[in-house]
Amino acid sequence: MITARYHREVPQRYRLEAGKCTKCGYVAFPPRLVCPKCNTKKFKPIVLKDEGKIITYTVIRVGPDKFSKETPYAIGIIELNDKLRLTAQIAGVVDFDKLKIGQKVKLVFRKIQDDGKAGIHMYGYKAVLA
Amino acid sequence: MIGIVGFGAYLPRYRIKAETIAKQWGMDANAIIRGLQLNEKTVPGQDEDTITISVAAAKNALLRAQIDPQDIGALYIGSESHPYAVKPSGTIVIDALGVGPHVHVASYEFACKAGSEAMYVAYSLVKAGEMKYAMGIGADTSQGAPGDALEYSASAGGAAFIMGSEKVVAEILFTHSYTSDTPDFWRREGEDYPRHGGRFTGDPAYFKHVMGAANALLEKSKMKPSDFKYAVFHMPNGKFPQEVGKRLGFTKEQLEVGWIVPWMGNTYSGSSPTGLAAILDVAKPDDMIFMVSFGSGAGSDGFIFKVTKEITKVQNRAPKLKDYLDKDKIYLDYGEYAKFRKKIKLNE
Repeated sequence: MITARYHREVPQRYRLEAGKCTKCGYVAFPPRLVCPKCNTKKFKPIVLKDEGKIITYTVIRVGPDKFSKETPYAIGIIELNDKLRLTAQIAGVVDFDKLKIGQKVKLVFRKIQDDGKAGIHMYGYKAVLA
Repeated sequence: MIGIVGFGAYLPRYRIKAETIAKQWGMDANAIIRGLQLNEKTVPGQDEDTITISVAAAKNALLRAQIDPQDIGALYIGSESHPYAVKPSGTIVIDALGVGPHVHVASYEFACKAGSEAMYVAYSLVKAGEMKYAMGIGADTSQGAPGDALEYSASAGGAAFIMGSEKVVAEILFTHSYTSDTPDFWRREGEDYPRHGGRFTGDPAYFKHVMGAANALLEKSKMKPSDFKYAVFHMPNGKFPQEVGKRLGFTKEQLEVGWIVPWMGNTYSGSSPTGLAAILDVAKPDDMIFMVSFGSGAGSDGFIFKVTKEITKVQNRAPKLKDYLDKDKIYLDYGEYAKFRKKIKLNE
């Protein structure tokens, strides 16, 4: 059920909450149950920085059904200032030719998609040019 | 001392010009711009709604207040465009901000004054000693039917205010509310767009209630219009707030800073709150501010604020209203606007 999964992912999607391994310091985003480096199961929640830069990007001109009315839009790999990388839509881009690798971005809270006409609204982070 | 300890506003980047809308419907753009005193309005992005606008404004308020979000005991959002008919907007906003779960949350609705309602209740709870901090937000992505006069004004934006008793930037000295059953504007359950009473929205509604609250507030405070540096009234268009200010004895200079409607439109529940945020962005210690909201149905909430010396410490901690109003605008044509506002019928 989409609502249960969405609810579980709220801390990471709404607040950029990651898990930091208490033994080796590995930062997992999204949070994980077991540390891939030292196999420890103890993590403490930390909040990631909401600023970073574009590592790479692509422009979607033929989107999947749910996003087909929002094309064209850019999707990028963003490296946050604390060096962690994530994938996010780069919103509000008017001229895609001016989008550049290395450009500074800020993560903002936006609606990502709707679960159909009567289902829940789903929110999360998108990047905007800083 | 009880009052505002943090404030923040947010406006979307998208705009549509009044002349673009007028051209679509074969209307005289100059007559509309001159009559309503509206040049352009904000339009929410396809991924923006009352909730995302509330989060953006609230984050700016937290940047200014520099308090622990966990100390906020209540969060109220006033809007007439809550994304859900049944499910509070505030639950999403508190989780995005890191407030709660030990927090009281509610959605308010009172046409364009739901934001000042949220501010009033937040202030009252702190004043009563129930909690350390409470946040009141006014935000909207308001609706205007295609071709209707409201289409030139109904815009998007919001402002958030954290009420508290320590490091107050604007003390609330007096409040007054004035309410009656006046059917000047409404939207029935299930309807896409609101209806209004045309000219009935003027004297019997806007002017009666704004002046009712304003005059009572002046009487209660034993103050006169010339005692204030700034005044802001609800801004359904450019003309009404100027006219009500004139009738009450305020000057154009007192209204100038908060009169942002010609370039923003009517952000409904966010209207006078965003005007107040624009004033607080530039206010100086000891400035007095007079604010009266208006919500159809109908009622007005009035506040008298006295700015403190704390204001200068917080003004530059977050983006200002003018930054959102003047910078990085993206203009839409009518087709794009109709798509953004979901006015086009699509296959599911």
